[in-house]
Amino acid sequence: MEQFNAILQGVLVGGLYALFAAGLSLIFGVMRLVNISHGDLIVAAAYLSWSVVQVTGLHPLLCVIIAVPVAAGFGYIVQRGILNRTLGKDILPPLLVTFGLSVIIQNGLLQSFSADSRKLDAGWLETKSFELLPGVAVGLFPVMIFAAAVATIWALQHMFYKTKLGRAFRATSDDSEIAQLMGLDNRKVYAQAMAICFAVVALAGVFFAIRANFDPFMGPGRLIFGFEAVIIGGLGNLWGTLAGGVILGVAQAIGAQLDPGWQVLAGHVAFIIVLALRPRGLFPRTSE
Amino acid sequence: MSTKVSRSNASSRIAGIAACCIAAVLVAAPWWGSIATERLIGEFMVYLALATLWNLLAGYTGLVSVGQQAFVGIGAYTLISLALLAGWNPIFAVPIAGLVAAIIAIPIGKLVFRLQGAYFAIGTWVIAEAIRLFVAQITMLGGGSGISLPTDIMKMVGETKFWREATIYWLALALGLGALALVYSLLRSKLGLALTAIRDNELASESLGVRIERIKFTVYVLVAGMTGMVGSLIELQKVRMSPDAGFSVNDWTAFVIFIVVIGGIGTIEGPIIGTLLYFVLREFLADLGSIYLMILGTLAIVVMLFAPKGIWGFVKDKFGITLFPTSYHVKLGDD
Repeated sequence: MEQFNAILQGVLVGGLYALFAAGLSLIFGVMRLVNISHGDLIVAAAYLSWSVVQVTGLHPLLCVIIAVPVAAGFGYIVQRGILNRTLGKDILPPLLVTFGLSVIIQNGLLQSFSADSRKLDAGWLETKSFELLPGVAVGLFPVMIFAAAVATIWALQHMFYKTKLGRAFRATSDDSEIAQLMGLDNRKVYAQAMAICFAVVALAGVFFAIRANFDPFMGPGRLIFGFEAVIIGGLGNLWGTLAGGVILGVAQAIGAQLDPGWQVLAGHVAFIIVLALRPRGLFPRTSE
Repeated sequence: MSTKVSRSNASSRIAGIAACCIAAVLVAAPWWGSIATERLIGEFMVYLALATLWNLLAGYTGLVSVGQQAFVGIGAYTLISLALLAGWNPIFAVPIAGLVAAIIAIPIGKLVFRLQGAYFAIGTWVIAEAIRLFVAQITMLGGGSGISLPTDIMKMVGETKFWREATIYWLALALGLGALALVYSLLRSKLGLALTAIRDNELASESLGVRIERIKFTVYVLVAGMTGMVGSLIELQKVRMSPDAGFSVNDWTAFVIFIVVIGGIGTIEGPIIGTLLYFVLREFLADLGSIYLMILGTLAIVVMLFAPKGIWGFVKDKFGITLFPTSYHVKLGDD
């Protein structure tokens, strides 16, 4: 029963990893950009929500209302101001520029907030749990994170395939030059995609800040978890990303059961196994 | 009027002579410099070697790895294992560290080569992280808290402090200048021609018969081996090692990338200029701590956006200077 409990916790944590990954997946899909500072942005969003709570005294979950639009606006500006200049055939400029951003964000956070770890306190939300089956209890908050992940993936999927904006994203992704001929402004489309990515990042950041302690240097770890979820699930498949997050969470939970030092390592091992056996991921888009 | 095809020009011939003089002065450093000077130049050589190797990988084959710290750590820990557990003289362990890193790079390469472009970058990083966490589990090698080389093992390097410091210094010099010499001679060879072709146009070179994947893989393994040797040197310099220090993405990859980008990627001179600038900046700004790192990151972004060829690329375009000629020029004149 203890094992089952651990695996269940792993599944729920997988929802958080899927939230880390969703923005990464969207951005790669639309503009083939891999943002190395993605994890640092999640941590920055955690600090943003922490600051909002400090200043306004809002409930941590309510500060989503402020953090998400602020982050989205910031994403739009970053894309238009910096990242659009890096896009082209060469993969080096976007990688290096986002790598530079990563170092700047980490040290900027260190400078402003010190190296002390912080946490958002959501009070009773964090401690409340209910019995799913006899002997199997799940926390309310992990279930909320998972539900938020499912809702986010559904919303992104819907946006991508059912809306005008999504059509613009897909057109630009398929052939950016033709899309431009048809009257789309690529720079604007990319900025819109980045705004959505940042909105998801902010959501992930708030949940992350409530769930555990965070410090300025936790970004790269979050990037790697998100990246692993994307690759395990299969490129370009958002529901696959959710599955990838869940597999990663479960692998880490099983690893932690064997030895606490194996938790993160077990996730990496799962990633390596998938890469070795199914290099296109478990649920690649084209096989649908 | 006759034509002559030549690689060298006036600036490169002067540079060649100057390089020999500088090398001679550097070799003699234990006799004219203090131990602090030796250590500073030794550290310079570490970054020069890492930057030159990363430049070969990313600048010429387009393999943007963010996981080279894996091979630094593997090299360092191979040396520790051989010295501590097998009682080897650490100096003899250095080439073996390179060999081990190269051998481990083969399966790693097979895995990460399945990922394209930017995903390749993060894939290499994940593998490095996995190895770091794995090494932290080995209690015989100090686990997560790290391990030091005891004095009696360090004495095998040199009986007195003077010879110990001098030996480690010469090793650093050999690896730093050796990496430069390796890349220089590699680029002038047939393989170098293929590498330059890949750098300039992958599709065209493939259609002309360049076996891209195989060449890229060879370079990846070669660079990993050399990086492993540098890692074992770092262990000798630091004496103490922990998984966090040996597999540090900031120390052994992020700074190295900044050095190469600011200096000029895809040129031999770029990493030299970048390393010099990095050490000068560090000398003046390191007291600023995190602000210094933010300045470095900003500088790298600005260079990438506005002068993507880096400082050397700018100089080369403007003045036509090459210090390490790898390409041919046609000269017109009477001979």
